[in-house]
Amino acid sequence: MKRILAWLDARLSIRESLLPMLTHPIPQGAAGPMGWWYVFGSASLTLLVVQILTGIALSLVFVPGADTAYESLLYLNFDQPLGWFIRALHYYAGSGMVVMVLLHMAQVFLHGSYKYPRELTWVLGVFLLLCTMGMFFTGQVLRWDPDAYWGIAVGASMAGRVPYLGPYIVHLLLGGPVIGGDTLSRFFDLHVFIIPGALLFFLTVHLWLVLKRGVSEPPIPGKVVDPNTYDAHYEKELRNGVPFLGKPLLRDALVSALSVLAVVALAAVIGPKGPSGPPDPTLSGANPRPEWPFLWLFALLSLSPPSAETFIMLVFPGVLIFALFLVPFVSRRGERAPSRRPVAVLSVLVIFTTLGVLTYEGVTAPWSPKMTAWSGDPVPKHLLEKRSPRQMQGAAVLQIKQCRNCHALDDVGGQRGPDLTTVGGRMTRDQLIDQISNGTPGGGNMPAFGKQMSPAEMDALVDFLTTLRGQGQPAPEPTSPVAGMVRP
Amino acid sequence: MTQPSLPSSPERRTFFHWLTYLVSVAATIVLGIPLLGFLFGALRKKQEQWYPLGLVKDFPEGQTRMVTFDNPLRQPWDGMTAHTGVFVCNLGKDGEKKDQFRVLAVNCAHLGCPVSWFPRSALFMCPCHGGVYYENGERASGPPPRGLFPCVWRVNKDGKLEVQAPHYPSLQDTLRNPAKI
Repeated sequence: MKRILAWLDARLSIRESLLPMLTHPIPQGAAGPMGWWYVFGSASLTLLVVQILTGIALSLVFVPGADTAYESLLYLNFDQPLGWFIRALHYYAGSGMVVMVLLHMAQVFLHGSYKYPRELTWVLGVFLLLCTMGMFFTGQVLRWDPDAYWGIAVGASMAGRVPYLGPYIVHLLLGGPVIGGDTLSRFFDLHVFIIPGALLFFLTVHLWLVLKRGVSEPPIPGKVVDPNTYDAHYEKELRNGVPFLGKPLLRDALVSALSVLAVVALAAVIGPKGPSGPPDPTLSGANPRPEWPFLWLFALLSLSPPSAETFIMLVFPGVLIFALFLVPFVSRRGERAPSRRPVAVLSVLVIFTTLGVLTYEGVTAPWSPKMTAWSGDPVPKHLLEKRSPRQMQGAAVLQIKQCRNCHALDDVGGQRGPDLTTVGGRMTRDQLIDQISNGTPGGGNMPAFGKQMSPAEMDALVDFLTTLRGQGQPAPEPTSPVAGMVRP
Repeated sequence: MTQPSLPSSPERRTFFHWLTYLVSVAATIVLGIPLLGFLFGALRKKQEQWYPLGLVKDFPEGQTRMVTFDNPLRQPWDGMTAHTGVFVCNLGKDGEKKDQFRVLAVNCAHLGCPVSWFPRSALFMCPCHGGVYYENGERASGPPPRGLFPCVWRVNKDGKLEVQAPHYPSLQDTLRNPAKI
């Protein structure tokens, strides 16, 4: 046995290559309690391994063909033994990977670990973040349901806005003039060959740099990074260092194992995500939403004025990515401790709060009309009590003309326009007629309904709306300047 | 006795250097051109195709209706993804007794989501960001930068309304004015 091992090592030279890598020393501080901050990178790596394993498993059954992808997903969900679990695990481990990568980035940023001599490690980390996001987007497309179809449509429409080259990019992205089998094959290629290939390459260099430039020591307030003296200082640190293969590895292993348990539990309890429906673009009721890592962008686009939109779609992401690349070159030296870097701490707080708020907005999407509210949401009973027949008729007009798709009553209905529960206390009869007939001036939020409504319908509707007042709320003064300006 | 020539005289070495460069460049070109050509094959112009939507007399005047069909631009393996819808409205006959139609693509001009038709309020509404259009396709409100994309149509000899198979429309690549690809 010993002789076989010796023969193998004589050929492979593991003792002089791989072994020193595993036992490379890390600074004493990183092996102490502060070392708990260092676990997110290895947890990301572990979840990536889960993704590779589950991805290979899924590719044994999934068919990347536009006509059969949906059926193969249903087969995975319902017929293939444990297919539902592997699909769910692939989704939740992927989500967990995004979370871990973001935590890892935040930790490295807060501890100033990206500073000299680890600038390139950070740059490769940004590439890895982009690959992770790319995997999430292309993975959603492989779910080949209406969300996938319309997600590509939205992506293509954004690309189509690129000056001059837009149409070419759209056709290259779709693999032809329409969304179809060629599109799915392209995204399958990206998800299974191109992005994973890039990701593994970047990861190899990233880990190589971790070995060669070493793990950063925990920051100490007052101990500044100076490129002229840092290397000598770090070498001294390593002389009392601790081998990675030991306590530090155990800590990484514990958190990695806990992450795996967490995503397995989520997968087992919640189950696979989608497909939400067959990929038939003519089915009504499509309500496409991006996956959660992109909800913030969806919200940002929806909340921005149309004039800034093309900029936010095409230029803003590039600016963000460029800013991330610049971080270690703008701040290469100096303090590393968060307690001495208030701007860094504040930036992280502001960025994550912004992302959180935008994601929440993206989930609720108050700007989207509720397409089924007009036929599905009833008029609250208390708004119909003691109303004349004509006012009741007005309530019916409110529903039939789809007003509820954008206007809520008692908070039920669309949120795009204002809630109408007390509109009679805010606007006079004349103002209401003007608003409904002409919409918001200058093509704003509300379309003009003047041509879509008969005088009888308009009368009934406005009669009803003027009765919508809070308890004891008086009718507004009829001499408001807007009233009487435009009358149909 | 003659001196044997050295196996690597300077001239010979330079020659082999240049030969290696040349052959490598040639190998890269013959490998790269077909690969790139294959990739950019997606830009190949597909032939203009027409699809009959139905007899003119079957479209009641003044009513907007969604007509669904299999897009002829499809691949044989596209399945139900090839289903396409257009909104058709018969506008009656013009001054020269010719049938007039309005045929609109379902894709919102903002970011391509599918708009729904609400006949009672005569509006098209988009579920994504709340773009709204009037019955004639003009923008009514919301973020769209223009109206809905009108399709190209014609009435054939058999009295059938035909629509030109629609590609995925975008702002610089509309159905009436496609980009020159």
